[in-house]
Amino acid sequence: MKRNIPLIIVFLAGLVVFASEFIPHRPFSQINETLERWFMIISGFAMFLGQVSLLRVNGAKIKNKVKDWPYYLAGMISFALMLIFGLLWGMEKTDGILGDGASIQAWLGLKPFDYLFENVYQHLSATMFALLAFYIASAAYRAFIIRSFESNLLMITAVIVILGRSSFGTMLTGWIPNNLPLLHLPNLTDFIMEFPNSAAQRAIMISAALGIVGSSLRIILGIERSYLGGDK
Amino acid sequence: MSISPQTERRIIYLVLFLAVLLPLLFPIGWRTESSPHVRMAHKLVEQSPAGSVAIVSFDYDPASMTELQPMAVAMIDHAWSKGHKVIATALWPQGPQLADQAFRALSEKYPEKQYGVDYVNLGYKVGGMVTIQAMGRSLVEVYPTDTGGTALNQIPMLAKVNTLRDIAYISSLSSGDPGIKQWVMAAHDMYNVPVTGGTTAISAPGFIPYINSQNQLIGLLGGLKAAAEYEGLIGMENGSATAKMDSQSVAHLLILIFIAIGNYKVWRNKRIKRTQDLKEEI
Repeated sequence: MKRNIPLIIVFLAGLVVFASEFIPHRPFSQINETLERWFMIISGFAMFLGQVSLLRVNGAKIKNKVKDWPYYLAGMISFALMLIFGLLWGMEKTDGILGDGASIQAWLGLKPFDYLFENVYQHLSATMFALLAFYIASAAYRAFIIRSFESNLLMITAVIVILGRSSFGTMLTGWIPNNLPLLHLPNLTDFIMEFPNSAAQRAIMISAALGIVGSSLRIILGIERSYLGGDK
Repeated sequence: MSISPQTERRIIYLVLFLAVLLPLLFPIGWRTESSPHVRMAHKLVEQSPAGSVAIVSFDYDPASMTELQPMAVAMIDHAWSKGHKVIATALWPQGPQLADQAFRALSEKYPEKQYGVDYVNLGYKVGGMVTIQAMGRSLVEVYPTDTGGTALNQIPMLAKVNTLRDIAYISSLSSGDPGIKQWVMAAHDMYNVPVTGGTTAISAPGFIPYINSQNQLIGLLGGLKAAAEYEGLIGMENGSATAKMDSQSVAHLLILIFIAIGNYKVWRNKRIKRTQDLKEEI
């Protein structure tokens, strides 16, 4: 029974949502709307659960002093600081428990939460993403090697797109007459993106959609039960 | 002389760092031509009548703001210059703060624009596509208040905006899921609202199939170059994307040089090996 009730709920919910796509009238549309409201509420709780999970997982790692535990501690301290500042003085237009912190705002220029967001988190986050450029440069040096017909094709395409996506590419072929549009690197890049790329992307999207339909049916029909927490 | 892979990597990192830094300090001023997809997005905003209400959705976080924030600023600038009213929403938690920053960046250029009259920040809502579907039925149900806690019916510019159908166009600036795809699937496909947007250069190829004869997506800004192109189209001479394009172009060029060196190295090693093999055979 403990196992069958969730399976019945999933089957009925799946069936109603599925039916409402084809019969957008009462009662299906109404039930669907209610389910959507529930989904938004549950999603809100999922964020709260995520935070609890963050505290539990990181707390255990710090307690057991696993390898690199000071980094987990730094993460926890950062989390706590943002939470405390947000709760005490709010963020942007929202006030916190102690009001809007006018005196602190006069000193920092912003509320403490916003100050940390704009001057610390934002830059650290952008820096982490920017580090990818270094890995890409290093990987391009080692990986884009002409070995076979396919790798040759990949490299030629990559070179055209890299040049076409830079101002240098525009300048490089800017002197070519406009009646030869495909010889302009930006145009050639757009052509590659719009036709060969789109064709491949569509194939991937359709395959993925079919895969989603298949796995959704497996869940609705109770064949796929891993979301229940394993097969025990 | 042989260089160890670690030293090689360090040299690559150092040269790339300089290639990014130097054009920022000493701009080259290379020009960019606008691409058809950028012109499509520009045309959508350009042709919407004055007084239209648009949604700019901030579906990204600070990690990708280098590419997407200039797009947000340029699109809001364009919308305001055409007399449109802008609603900022976010499907990502950090979006509302980035929306406020974008409005703040334009406050000097448009001192007459008032909060609640010309723009509003409705903040973040969890739920992705389901949230957009719900906005199609009732905006106030999803967003009872703005980020400051003001009730929606107290905000003058939203007096006639009840659902997504009252929106002239939506621009989703997205760096992942949820983002453009969800806006296309829910707002356009279900409620027929024109959707445009911008994304990181790396994600752009995945959205191009949506630019089709059904106009699921009207144009797309892919990466910093597209942001610079949009800035060029609206005559934003000192735009941040335009300023960064030289750095990106030099970095791209450098990566091509690295690819060429890598290939030369492999070819040379192969040749040496072949010569050694021949010598051994003899």
